[in-house]
Amino acid sequence: MTYMTASATHPDRPVLSGRVKAALVLFILFALMPPLASALNDPFYVLIGTRILAYAIAAMALDLILGYGAMVSFGHAAYLGFGAYAVAILQSYGVNDLILQILFAVAISAIFAVVTGAISLRTRGVYFIMITLAFGQMAFFFFISFSAYGGDDGVALAQRSTVLGMDLLGTDYGLYYVSLALLIALFALCHRIVGSRFGRVLTGIRENPTRIEAIGFSPFRYQLIAFVISGCITAIAGVVLANQAQFVSPAFMSWHKSGELIVMVVLGGVGNLAGPIAGAVAALLLEEWLDALSEHWKLYFGIFLVLMVLFSPHGITGLLKKMGIVRGQQ
Amino acid sequence: MTSLTVTNLCKSFGALKVTDDVSLSVEPGELHAIIGPNGAGKTTLISQLSGQLHCDSGSVAIGDRDISRLTMPERVKLGLARSFQITSVLPGFTALENVALAVQAREGSSFRFFGKVADEARLNEAAMTALSEAGLDRRAHVLARSLSHGEHRRLELAIALATQPKILLLDEPLAGVGGGDAEGFVANLQKLKGRFTIVLIEHDMDAVFALADRVSVLVYGSIIATGTPEAVRNDPEVRAAYLGEEEELV
Repeated sequence: MTYMTASATHPDRPVLSGRVKAALVLFILFALMPPLASALNDPFYVLIGTRILAYAIAAMALDLILGYGAMVSFGHAAYLGFGAYAVAILQSYGVNDLILQILFAVAISAIFAVVTGAISLRTRGVYFIMITLAFGQMAFFFFISFSAYGGDDGVALAQRSTVLGMDLLGTDYGLYYVSLALLIALFALCHRIVGSRFGRVLTGIRENPTRIEAIGFSPFRYQLIAFVISGCITAIAGVVLANQAQFVSPAFMSWHKSGELIVMVVLGGVGNLAGPIAGAVAALLLEEWLDALSEHWKLYFGIFLVLMVLFSPHGITGLLKKMGIVRGQQ
Repeated sequence: MTSLTVTNLCKSFGALKVTDDVSLSVEPGELHAIIGPNGAGKTTLISQLSGQLHCDSGSVAIGDRDISRLTMPERVKLGLARSFQITSVLPGFTALENVALAVQAREGSSFRFFGKVADEARLNEAAMTALSEAGLDRRAHVLARSLSHGEHRRLELAIALATQPKILLLDEPLAGVGGGDAEGFVANLQKLKGRFTIVLIEHDMDAVFALADRVSVLVYGSIIATGTPEAVRNDPEVRAAYLGEEEELV
């Protein structure tokens, strides 16, 4: 029987999925941006670019649970904050190594995510949104009153992190390319997770939790693990963000930031990892440009968002599919 | 193959007794059909057997093991699988992916984060076997949401089979399946008979009488008769309860 050897991939499906192709295009554009910026005598864009890369990592991490696990976390900025404060706290003890800072950020975030996730996942839908928001605000107010690190004023960082003793992040270009490397590595990680056995269970829970239980899975632990992974990756974005701003404050973890992350995911298109990266680029560039045009830029941004949701509910990804640039089901 | 024993099962929703002191013993390898008018509590009964609902009192046992307090996933691990009356599949997955996930559930190793699951030949081959037993192998690569109603019914069956159950609970597998399609489906079920202990809820009387070893009749939550299809068909109480609505027990 020839069909016995068939793979689950549809015969018509291309070898590289649309998700990977779209991400590759984005990564190439990211890589070309700094030389272009210096050619145009606008090196300022390299710093903005680093900020975009950090938010792209965070939005992608949020998509892992929002798009694949149908868990809308409204408290994800907390992890950005943990990442940023991990840099500030370790630096105050003289530890400047990026890898150690990332490990510290991931460890704090994992603990916070396990505890708050285990409680939040007892709820569904809008209650899940509200409870994650509440936990996010708890973390926010904790750092507001954390006077050793400036309380709500935040704290300036004396220097950028080093990598194994090397001053790789010393220049804006160095920081940019290290951030890009992190984004690519984390995309590869998420891509593998989504396509794995674990990823299939997670996606299945989104599709139909009753069915998943009826074939013998308990959704809770899969959702919790995904929630923790997502939080840890978002923390890495926070580490990047602290280095980009050379400043850390509770503003990184306010609920506005959590909302912005959701906007990036929705704007880019949920559930394909590459979309949220594009969403982060679009949201932050629009913010830059509209801010230069008018102090009421948020109004225009709002109008843009409403139009986008009305005319392309699947975000930028959906728009590209409609225009036939990316293959895939609508 | 294992026996399924239900003893004095009761379940109420408020004042409504949906399961009223039901006792049932299904022998290993038997195909036991449960029939009854709409609202008799058939699906509620299946839900208590599968663990989706918990009973108020009484017990459910697989072999000698009391499973009344176990959750649905725990019961599945002991070899109990159910199909749903209202199609309940993963719409964004292909038929093959739906079934492969059920195979994966049985193998109990889903905390693998890196290997590409779509390329796992062992999962796909077992899934293909289940799909062909349900007569759906030709449509393996179609998204579940694009399958027809009849194909959904087959997919339900394939998913249940893929968990390698000892006991199959089939909740109206033929619901809404028309004419010739239904005949083909009954033939598929006929082949499964004897390999599993099967509890079948079905409205299609042709199918019930063609397939069942024994039939139980459920009316207002209680079983009023159990016996061979022939005996049940001629039971005066059944005729009164069931045929009062001008329905013929063919």
